[in-house]
Amino acid sequence: MTKVENNKAWWLVLPVFLIVAFSAIIPLMTVVNYSVQDIFDPYTRYFVGTEWFKQVMLDERLHDALIRQFIFSFTILAIEIPLGIMVALMMPTKGKGASLALILVAIPLLIPWNVVGTIWQIFGRADIGLFGAMMAELGINYNYASEPMHAWLTVVLMDVWHWTPLVALLCYSGLRAIPEVYYQAARIDKASRWAVFRYIQLPKLTNVLIIGVLLRFMDSFMIYTEPFVLTGGGPGTSTTFLSQSLVQQAIGQFDLGPAAAFSLVYFLIILLVCWVFYTTIMHMQKDK
Amino acid sequence: MSTSSSITSQRSSEETIAEGSYSSQAPQAPVVSLAERKARNAMWRGRIGMTVYLILLLMPIYWLINMSFKTNTEILSGLSFFPENFTLENYAKIFGDPTWYMGYVNSIIYVSMNMVISLLVALPAAYAFSRYKFVGDKHMFFWLLSNRMAPPAVFLLPFFQLYSSVGLFDTHIAVALAHCLFNVPLAVWILEGFMSGVPREIDETAYIDGYSFPKFFVKIFLPLIRSGIGVTAFFCFMFSWVELLLARTLTSVDAKPIGAIMTRTVSASGMDWGLLAAAGVLTIVPGILVIYFVRNHVAKGFALGRV
Repeated sequence: MTKVENNKAWWLVLPVFLIVAFSAIIPLMTVVNYSVQDIFDPYTRYFVGTEWFKQVMLDERLHDALIRQFIFSFTILAIEIPLGIMVALMMPTKGKGASLALILVAIPLLIPWNVVGTIWQIFGRADIGLFGAMMAELGINYNYASEPMHAWLTVVLMDVWHWTPLVALLCYSGLRAIPEVYYQAARIDKASRWAVFRYIQLPKLTNVLIIGVLLRFMDSFMIYTEPFVLTGGGPGTSTTFLSQSLVQQAIGQFDLGPAAAFSLVYFLIILLVCWVFYTTIMHMQKDK
Repeated sequence: MSTSSSITSQRSSEETIAEGSYSSQAPQAPVVSLAERKARNAMWRGRIGMTVYLILLLMPIYWLINMSFKTNTEILSGLSFFPENFTLENYAKIFGDPTWYMGYVNSIIYVSMNMVISLLVALPAAYAFSRYKFVGDKHMFFWLLSNRMAPPAVFLLPFFQLYSSVGLFDTHIAVALAHCLFNVPLAVWILEGFMSGVPREIDETAYIDGYSFPKFFVKIFLPLIRSGIGVTAFFCFMFSWVELLLARTLTSVDAKPIGAIMTRTVSASGMDWGLLAAAGVLTIVPGILVIYFVRNHVAKGFALGRV
């Protein structure tokens, strides 16, 4: 659609700008301010330049948290995206069954994140939870509170349970937009099920999959509440992700300077990775 | 041997379909049954797969519901799929105690405020982005979206200080405004997608007919993107309802969300599992109600209007 050039349109955008600026720019400036100062109390503060950034860059704990974060984000993407596509392909398309399936699949998305943590906290326990009890039946001494591997498994499982529906619903809406004619043509060409998926459905899903991958990456990179409720970051620091180390540092130890520097680095990493994702996908599409 | 013969028969059958009336050599009967059988098989596989997925998906939730109707002694004494001594005691405790049920009221108040604010500011902005070119429009759009990527943990402390300094700490509006950080960009993004689907000619015709911009916007344009508005409201509800980190940090007593109140079930005498489960179940109910209302638009909505 051709757009008319009109700078008066700024008046329509102004309210959004003001409201987002109030809750984004002011706090962000505060963070920048803290990141270059050493603060003892509200009246005693010293300018320290890039000191905190150097400290953050060299902090072992943060490196570990960053590595854990990347492993976690890529693990859940590798599971959720294919699984979501599969679920979307299986979802019924017409009638009462379709809207019922839609509502049921969407339920996990509407549960407050701390309750998601609670659900899995209960479900994974060997004494009162079904999943934990089943693992115990299988002869595994399942305990996510003391075994790092079990904690990881539970956190990943929880995230897959929680967020695969988002990918599935995105793909479902993408699939609904494919005209029936395409499938008819495929039948005439004797296309196999795989060929239909590869050459008709997948290309049509690209747009929604980009949204899905980006949203899932961003949100998994900021994950806080669910592991906090489920494992508290433990056992040890095995499920402590970036947000949680940050909160520990800022609120727990009240190290404002390093925490602020860490915040900025953290935010930049997300922006950078999203930008790389986005441009790579766009380039791949252009090349085709 | 049998496979190759079946392939031949299948091939001949499909040629019949493809060529339609041109050829009438191949027998008609096996054609239909083979294609039909294949389709039916695929359908059944889909149904079975879907049922299995739904059972796995709903099991943890069912377990929570199941537990919420049990007493603590029963919960701790062993696993069972149905409560033996069915009790509503846990729910009675929540509905009988204002410090409990006010948590739900608080959550619903700030979520509704956030929905209204997000929609009110996002509607005109999305219209501007979908219809006009203006200085810095692309930068503005990406800046907005980049806020969606900001981890709430980063803004925790500055938010706390900002809202304390303007005297908004522990009010519903503080949480509603804080949630605008990620909901307003999202709302602009979704609405822009829906609005771009409405042809420009409609705007132009309306102006020629003498409509002023506000009148056109409210009387003609908004009804056209009804479903988009419903979907946007749904997404705003969803992300504001599920967020706890900011909501908990910006409140202490008067506007405390239910999620923060739930931590009270941990006490010196151990966990009150039944009460925790009941409180959890009650947080799921509003979500189900909301998705029920938008179920017909949600398929398009999840693609954010961009399919």
